[in-house]
Amino acid sequence: MSSVAQKRGFGAALWDWMTTVDHKKIGILYLIGGGFFFVVGGIEAMIIRLQLLKPNNDLVSAGLFNDLITMHGTTMIFLAAMPILFGFMNYIMPLQIGARDVAFPFINSLGFWMFFLGGVFLNVSWFFGQVPDAGWTSYASLSLASPGHGIDFYAIGLQIAGGGTLMGGINFLVTIINMRAPGMTYMRMPLFTWTTFVASAMILFAFPPLTVGLFFLTFDRMFDANFFDHQMGGNTIIWEHIFWIFGHPEVYILILPAFGIFSEIFSIFSRKRLFGYPAMVFATVLIGFLGFMVWAHHMFTVGLGPTANAIFAVATMAIAVPTGVKIFNWLLTIWGGSIVMTTPMLYALGFIPSFVMGGVTGVMQGAAPLDYQLHDSYFIVAHFHYVIVGGVVLAILAGVHLYWPKMFGTMLSETLGKITFVFFFVGFHCTFLIQHWLGFWGMPRRVWTYMDGQGWNTANLISSIGALLMAIGVIVMVINIIMTTVKNVRVGNDPWGDGRTLEWAIPSPPPFYNFTQTPLVRGLDTVWIEKQEGNATGLTFAEPITDIHMPHGSIIPFFMTVGLFIAGFGAMYHQETSWGLPLLIFGLAWTFVSMAMRSLKDDLGYHVTKEEIQADINNASKGGQN
Amino acid sequence: MAEVEMYKRTPIEQDLFVRRSKETMRGQVMMFSLMIFMTLVSFTFVVAYQQGVEGFTKYLVIPVLFLFAAVQVGLQLYYFMHMKDKGHGIPQMFMFTGVVFAFLIPLTFVTIVWW
Repeated sequence: MSSVAQKRGFGAALWDWMTTVDHKKIGILYLIGGGFFFVVGGIEAMIIRLQLLKPNNDLVSAGLFNDLITMHGTTMIFLAAMPILFGFMNYIMPLQIGARDVAFPFINSLGFWMFFLGGVFLNVSWFFGQVPDAGWTSYASLSLASPGHGIDFYAIGLQIAGGGTLMGGINFLVTIINMRAPGMTYMRMPLFTWTTFVASAMILFAFPPLTVGLFFLTFDRMFDANFFDHQMGGNTIIWEHIFWIFGHPEVYILILPAFGIFSEIFSIFSRKRLFGYPAMVFATVLIGFLGFMVWAHHMFTVGLGPTANAIFAVATMAIAVPTGVKIFNWLLTIWGGSIVMTTPMLYALGFIPSFVMGGVTGVMQGAAPLDYQLHDSYFIVAHFHYVIVGGVVLAILAGVHLYWPKMFGTMLSETLGKITFVFFFVGFHCTFLIQHWLGFWGMPRRVWTYMDGQGWNTANLISSIGALLMAIGVIVMVINIIMTTVKNVRVGNDPWGDGRTLEWAIPSPPPFYNFTQTPLVRGLDTVWIEKQEGNATGLTFAEPITDIHMPHGSIIPFFMTVGLFIAGFGAMYHQETSWGLPLLIFGLAWTFVSMAMRSLKDDLGYHVTKEEIQADINNASKGGQN
Repeated sequence: MAEVEMYKRTPIEQDLFVRRSKETMRGQVMMFSLMIFMTLVSFTFVVAYQQGVEGFTKYLVIPVLFLFAAVQVGLQLYYFMHMKDKGHGIPQMFMFTGVVFAFLIPLTFVTIVWW
């Protein structure tokens, strides 16, 4: 086993990627999968904006428009934003804590395949012509009434993808608790690791309600249950509660890792320790906890009664406090720092005002009486795009530029990166700022088209132009990625020059075992400390070179997921066809047989010997880059 | 393969180890007896209620059963699943967070949420 690349055929490479349990390769798979769905969701968004370009437009039918908005929301949240963040967590977090892999590499692979095939399941609905059309929230009365199999694709696809996310979250938790390098105490963990930890804990508590809710929906639609049917003694409101008990923590699951990426960027490119690190950690944990106490603010207009509305309004506003703590700490990190205006830093600086605007409109909606005015208007659309695009997507783009050299060993062009930023940032504000006013002027969200003469024409035109600018930004980034990959100029360990955490002290890309020896961590920003004390490598080792125990790859996670994929179609067609039920049983049996294979076959992994590691070290020092 | 290191305890360490093991065993047996006893008491309560013994109303029997159940869960977790031992802080934190959520959210439903 050597980390020196060898020429291989396409089939061998494909097999390698499908069976990999290496957290770095799975991270890249998450980025590719998430990136693919990001493009799909983006195309849906462009069609939505084209349809709303002018009044009385008939580019798409009303039904297709419902399909588009539902799939845009679902795809962007579950299949793009979260998997891309999972990609960064998978790749970077184990490196930051000095670990060789995540705690359960096999489950990591299973988590990825469940996300990916769940996402494929959801999107093949386009080929069946029966697409989910009840909005990404899929409120029960509407989703139960929806004809065809559209909502079935939503319920089963998200069930499979959500299972993968839950596994990933538990995996990250166990990794961070058990696999930190010697000296890496909780209060020395980089902030991206901390936010990964808190986001994973939120996944642990938030995803089971989603699983339960989706099962209720599946049973109601496909197995004649009546959980949400009020005529049969069910309760349609309970879906809204279950969905938002999951759904509100979900948005914090998205934003916390984004906060983590920006905290790293501010610290690196201001060449300063993160200001108020303990307060940042405390704020992260507090946001995580409070995130579970506010779900009913999505339901103010349902009629919960004034007591509930008042309590949830106050709880909602309380979350602004820890978030404010974070904003001020970032500002004070930049303050007096030696600032380098790189592409990631531009994104980070653009993020602060954008996200604050989204946060402020969030507090406005948190005031229950005002929410009665804003509810279901374009103001809401503007608000959540400001927090998700202005927070999460900017963090994803910043993270791509920041971590690209670490993941692929080549530096993305800074010029093209800045062009991407300008197009995307201007386009983003152009698209969504005006939508606040569209909301005030009375335009409801999720409308297929609108009449002329209501004063909405110009605003919608501006909004659509902004969407085009964002698309240009993303296309420039894709060109940047292709050009960089073709040029293939290799970089050293710390291409930004100011890396502070362990991932910047090992080669780019790292060898498959990450660290030749487990590092010793001497404080927060340990690599920075070592460099300040004259240790140019940035690492002090905690152990001599020893044999490294590594896990074998396995195709079983893919097969387990294929079984669930097949079973999903069986469940969907079991009522109207005779082959549905056998297919359902066959799919589940396939999965159980795969699980049994995993359990009954001992796979103890293999060892990388000292001699191989020594040879790799000698190779690297001969290369002499950086 | 990495070499397996054998470590031999000194006589004093061995002595301490044996004594500790005995203490643990004693604790386990005591808790086990206590749990069996509480189970017997619970069954007796139910039988007494069914036979209509004076004073054994459902307002006495149900709270007592719940109380005993809670104690049993605690003993199970802390003694037999070793949560009282060192190194269980993080699992405890996660379990109690889950308990808090599982308590607060239904409490919200039965108190302030109208639907």
